[in-house]
Amino acid sequence: MDSSLLQYMELFLNFGLPIFLLLLAYFVGSMLERSHFRSIRKRENENVGFPVVSFNTMPDDWNAASSGLVSGSVVVSLDYFKRVIAGLRALVGGRIKTYEPLLDRARREALLRMTEAARREGYDAVFNVRLETSRLANSGGDGQHTAGVEMLAYGTAVKFASRFAQSRWT
Amino acid sequence: MEISNTESIPGKQIVEFYGVVSGNTVRAKHIGRDIMAGLKNVVGGELKGYTELLQDSRNEAMDRMIQQAASMGANAVVNVRFATSSIAQGAAELFAYGTAVKVA
Repeated sequence: MDSSLLQYMELFLNFGLPIFLLLLAYFVGSMLERSHFRSIRKRENENVGFPVVSFNTMPDDWNAASSGLVSGSVVVSLDYFKRVIAGLRALVGGRIKTYEPLLDRARREALLRMTEAARREGYDAVFNVRLETSRLANSGGDGQHTAGVEMLAYGTAVKFASRFAQSRWT
Repeated sequence: MEISNTESIPGKQIVEFYGVVSGNTVRAKHIGRDIMAGLKNVVGGELKGYTELLQDSRNEAMDRMIQQAASMGANAVVNVRFATSSIAQGAAELFAYGTAVKVA
């Protein structure tokens, strides 16, 4: 009887725990992702009238009174469930769908943080926006390590000399 | 000190060039933060401790770049770029570089 109890314990530790983590990661992870996307869409709508462009020269009708550098960044990681799926997918190749929404929302979050920083500091527009992605040290796709990715958005924010220039955007 | 990632400061003229200035910092992550990040790793999403760590480091790299530019007599840094490189297990180098100029 004792040895069968031990066997059950061993079975639980070997399979039960990973399965529990997988389920937890799946439900909590996808819930967090949905709520993050909701928040991103809401904030993106709030910032619609605020010009953020990736041109590397300033549009002609902007007359800048002052300027400064603004940036926003975020570090995100994939949940355990999705990391395991991505690991399996890497065996056969092809599109890894679980990574796409993660990178998408991280990039949009970084952009939003940059935009919000520019508004908070009283700027009227941002141009020459650049986006950068970097992988953190110690990350790995094997489901064991931190799979952290940093997204950075930065650009040159300007304050207009007159309100006139903004009319095209609002 | 005016900072921009474009080739000029909007609304101003560059009157003098001083050359490339840069600043860097190498940071290792905090053990407490790493444990938290490890837990957060199960459910995914933002790792706030790392976001703050990298932001602080980037600000420090920028400060060093600005100091170098100021010591040359510049009043602006244009065309600023950021770069990150992971140099060892658990450590990252962040650096910022740009061109020190005088604007009027």
